Amino acid sequence: MTPSLLYAFAGAALCGIGLFGFIVISHLLRKLLAFNLMGSGVFLVLVGLAQHRSGPDPVPQALVLTGIVVAIAATALAVVLIRRYFHLSGKTALEDPARDTLPHQGPREVREAPRE
Amino acid sequence: MKRILTLLPATAVCLAFVSGLAYSIWQIAITTTSVDLPGLLGENLDQSGVENPVTAVLLNFRSYDTLLEIGVLVIAGIAGISVARTSSLEDPELRTSDTLLYALQRWLIPLMLLLAGYLLWAGSDRPGGAFQAGAVLAASGVLMRLGGIPMDFLRPGIMLRLGLSLGFAVFLLVAVTSALHGGEFLAYPPELAKTLIVVIETVLTLSIAMVLLALFVSAPVNNAEEPEEGGSG
Repeated sequence: MTPSLLYAFAGAALCGIGLFGFIVISHLLRKLLAFNLMGSGVFLVLVGLAQHRSGPDPVPQALVLTGIVVAIAATALAVVLIRRYFHLSGKTALEDPARDTLPHQGPREVREAPRE
Repeated sequence: MKRILTLLPATAVCLAFVSGLAYSIWQIAITTTSVDLPGLLGENLDQSGVENPVTAVLLNFRSYDTLLEIGVLVIAGIAGISVARTSSLEDPELRTSDTLLYALQRWLIPLMLLLAGYLLWAGSDRPGGAFQAGAVLAASGVLMRLGGIPMDFLRPGIMLRLGLSLGFAVFLLVAVTSALHGGEFLAYPPELAKTLIVVIETVLTLSIAMVLLALFVSAPVNNAEEPEEGGSG
């Protein structure tokens, strides 16, 4: 049981916490945060597990670096999409198609004209 | 009580997931493999053209990943711009102006640009490289945006398109050129490896910074006439 292996197990725990948040929380931004937490857990597992035997391993580190940049871009795109969804529907959570819920506030009028 | 009951299945699923994951990690940790990746990398490092092993993996041994990554980034950037509500990413209406931030920026921005250049150059023999430099460059762009400095290159036009696609285009060009000259896809000629890697890293830095900045500015924060925006919703 080396400290590096501890990182890997902490990564597994982070994955679990993230998955829990992703299932339970309905607010889209928080769901996104939970999803990012899962991703960070995966990165920790990758790096921690690889360096537990023979010290730092550049190969998974490079892959994780790639993964971090992709995760940032995907998160930013998700935030843009969530804001757009909020603009159009006024809701912060996806609707449940099975249930006919009363909208929190009426769907706002969509204005496509650019604001000058 | 009812809420706890509804949370119970999710908790069970997550606990099962974590224990399965931890068990797999433990299994992988106690089994020994015959492949020694760090050793293999160390032996071949002098062929890669750079001295930093992480950069060697990113831009030589596993450059395919990096090529796909910058492709993903460009797609994300274009998608982000296309769902933006504004007609132009650079609009005086969207700028905030903060005198204090502006004064601070006159000191910070040159330093950050210098730091980005250093990180880019340092990537060849110590930790650093295109991603770190691109992140710093994008952060300075975000600061400039928040401080109200006009950024004309964000207007729709040749600069924006070039900035977004330059990294991917040059990377792909190098890859295809080496394939056309009889080598393998993405295999650099050894005597040119260092030059090519530095060139690719430079254009990658620009493109990564541009994509991140474009994604930031395509979610404008100035919605004064729409009081619901930013509220609890």
